[in-house]
Amino acid sequence: MNLYAVKSIYLFEMHRAWRTILQSVVSPVISTSLYFIVFGAAIGSRINTIDGVSYGAYIVPGLIMLTLLQQSIAAASFGIYFPKFIGTIYEVLSAPVSFLEIVLGYVGAAATKSIILGTIILITATFFVHVRIDHPFWMVLFFALTAISFSLFGFIIGIWADTFEKLQLIPLLIVTPLVFLGGSFYSIRMLPPFWQTVTLFNPVLYLISGFRWSFYEVSDVGVAVSLAMILVFLAICLGLVWWIFKTGYRLKS
Amino acid sequence: MDPVIAISGLSKTYEDGYEALKSVDLTIGKGEIFALLGPNGAGKTTLISILCGLVKPTGGSATVGGYDIVHDYRKTRSMIGLVPQELTTDQFETVFATTSFSRGLFGRPAKPDYIDQVLTDLSLIDRRDNKIMTLSGGMKRRVMIAKALAHEPTVLFLDEPSAGVDVELRKGMWDVVRRLRDSGVTIILTTHYIEEAEEMADRIGVISKGELMLAEEKHALMAKLGRKTLTIQLQEPLEALPDQLGKDGLELAEDGTALVYEYDTRSERTGIGALIADLNRADIRVKDLDTKQSSLEEIFVRLVREGQ
Ligand SMILES: Nc1ncnc2c1ncn2[C@@H]1O[C@H](COP(=O)(O)OP(=O)(O)OP(=O)(O)O)[C@@H](O)[C@H]1O
Ligand SMILES: [Mg+2]
Repeated sequence: MNLYAVKSIYLFEMHRAWRTILQSVVSPVISTSLYFIVFGAAIGSRINTIDGVSYGAYIVPGLIMLTLLQQSIAAASFGIYFPKFIGTIYEVLSAPVSFLEIVLGYVGAAATKSIILGTIILITATFFVHVRIDHPFWMVLFFALTAISFSLFGFIIGIWADTFEKLQLIPLLIVTPLVFLGGSFYSIRMLPPFWQTVTLFNPVLYLISGFRWSFYEVSDVGVAVSLAMILVFLAICLGLVWWIFKTGYRLKS
Repeated sequence: MDPVIAISGLSKTYEDGYEALKSVDLTIGKGEIFALLGPNGAGKTTLISILCGLVKPTGGSATVGGYDIVHDYRKTRSMIGLVPQELTTDQFETVFATTSFSRGLFGRPAKPDYIDQVLTDLSLIDRRDNKIMTLSGGMKRRVMIAKALAHEPTVLFLDEPSAGVDVELRKGMWDVVRRLRDSGVTIILTTHYIEEAEEMADRIGVISKGELMLAEEKHALMAKLGRKTLTIQLQEPLEALPDQLGKDGLELAEDGTALVYEYDTRSERTGIGALIADLNRADIRVKDLDTKQSSLEEIFVRLVREGQ
């Protein structure tokens, strides 16, 4: 195992984020605060409680998930797309590193960044509403697994994308709608039966539900199902990344 | 000669069906400077990229330091330093940071003193803590060389290292390359500057349309393939070439004051003796004689033309 390489890539990526620290932190914090003001204070005041949890507090896990997903994908996809775009990727590809080491470096850094941001969102939330965490261990587990799987997913997007447009495409067209429709701001039981069934095909629902359970012990689907879904998603992403490096897809001719 | 690189039957057909390398066989010895020459699109970069792991070969095999480049890629790649043809750098990083990054990436523990030494050798030490985007093109190219040397490689690939580097610095770079060779590093460089190959290389390979036309020791190559030109200055100018002198390769200079005879040093009979005798017989008096070895460039141009 070339640990020096993992460390080099990881620190390089973290250093890159540090250069743009202000954008990295300020924009998610501002947008989350806006969500709290709009959904929590303005609309939330008209909704009493969901499963005995005040609306403002109910949406906190969903908001953290939204940030976690968006930031993991953005950080990881950009992290690998950029060297591909400017050509510096040659060095990583000619280095004595295995796919596992490259992934550990890039995806590890992206996951770290999104975990830090998610934590900042959580802290921001406590300024607006009373947040309770019933199962801290599960909370951290869901938090970390989500950050890791979606960083992997972002990494795959970054390798697949050959234009900046494509880099934006999947997060914008697929991930954001899935998060919004996956129960970030409501319980799916508030939907008509037909749409409840449709929503069950939305993988993000399971993430949010499991994550919310670790806060308030309320969930739309069983927590074991949630965990299983995350692990399946993680396995699919790992398999894809393994295949990418095995075949050199979009990396080597 | 201990082979450091052994290539056998190496081929590459790109996905679009283009055959960029056609079964190349080549051995490169330890501590040698090998210059790879060839016109644009000949396959030089493709060959180097395969050895470095950037392009997947579609046939044949290669070893570096006795290890297979595909199966033992960790071993081979940690021996190799690559300076690619294209200038690609992380504009926002400092010279020192980017060079240290390369060292770590290639699995070596940090060694700031060594990095500083490399930067000094490449006259970059003044720019150590500057961001790369503030450097000139020639400096950036040297940063790429520093990055390639950061992990103390024993095999160094330089893909057109002197493109965009001024004459002064090119000389400095050659010195660095020679010093590296003296310390046992094997160097493979591609270049379009024939004088660079002529000046630097121990051996020269010529590649054209994916085929390695030859790989030979430089002096042997020049002696073997070298044509010489014999220039005969005449005491009195001639109007036309006398019939007695009807000989292949003989021409009268434009102003008629000299005869120019091109001959092949490889052939048994150069025809010089006969020419001199002919001159005597025709009573043409000679003022001076001068011979010139043809340059590598001429050899190279001829080879490529013959290959077409
Ligand atoms: N990724 C690719 N896909 C298809 N064809 C390619 C690819 N890369 C290179 N080629 C083709 O392979 C041939 C050899 O290219 P290569 O870059 O090895 O040439 P070169 O000898 O380095 O030329 P130059 O002196 O211009 O750098 C060219 O015809 C080129 O168009
Ligand atoms: Mg080239």
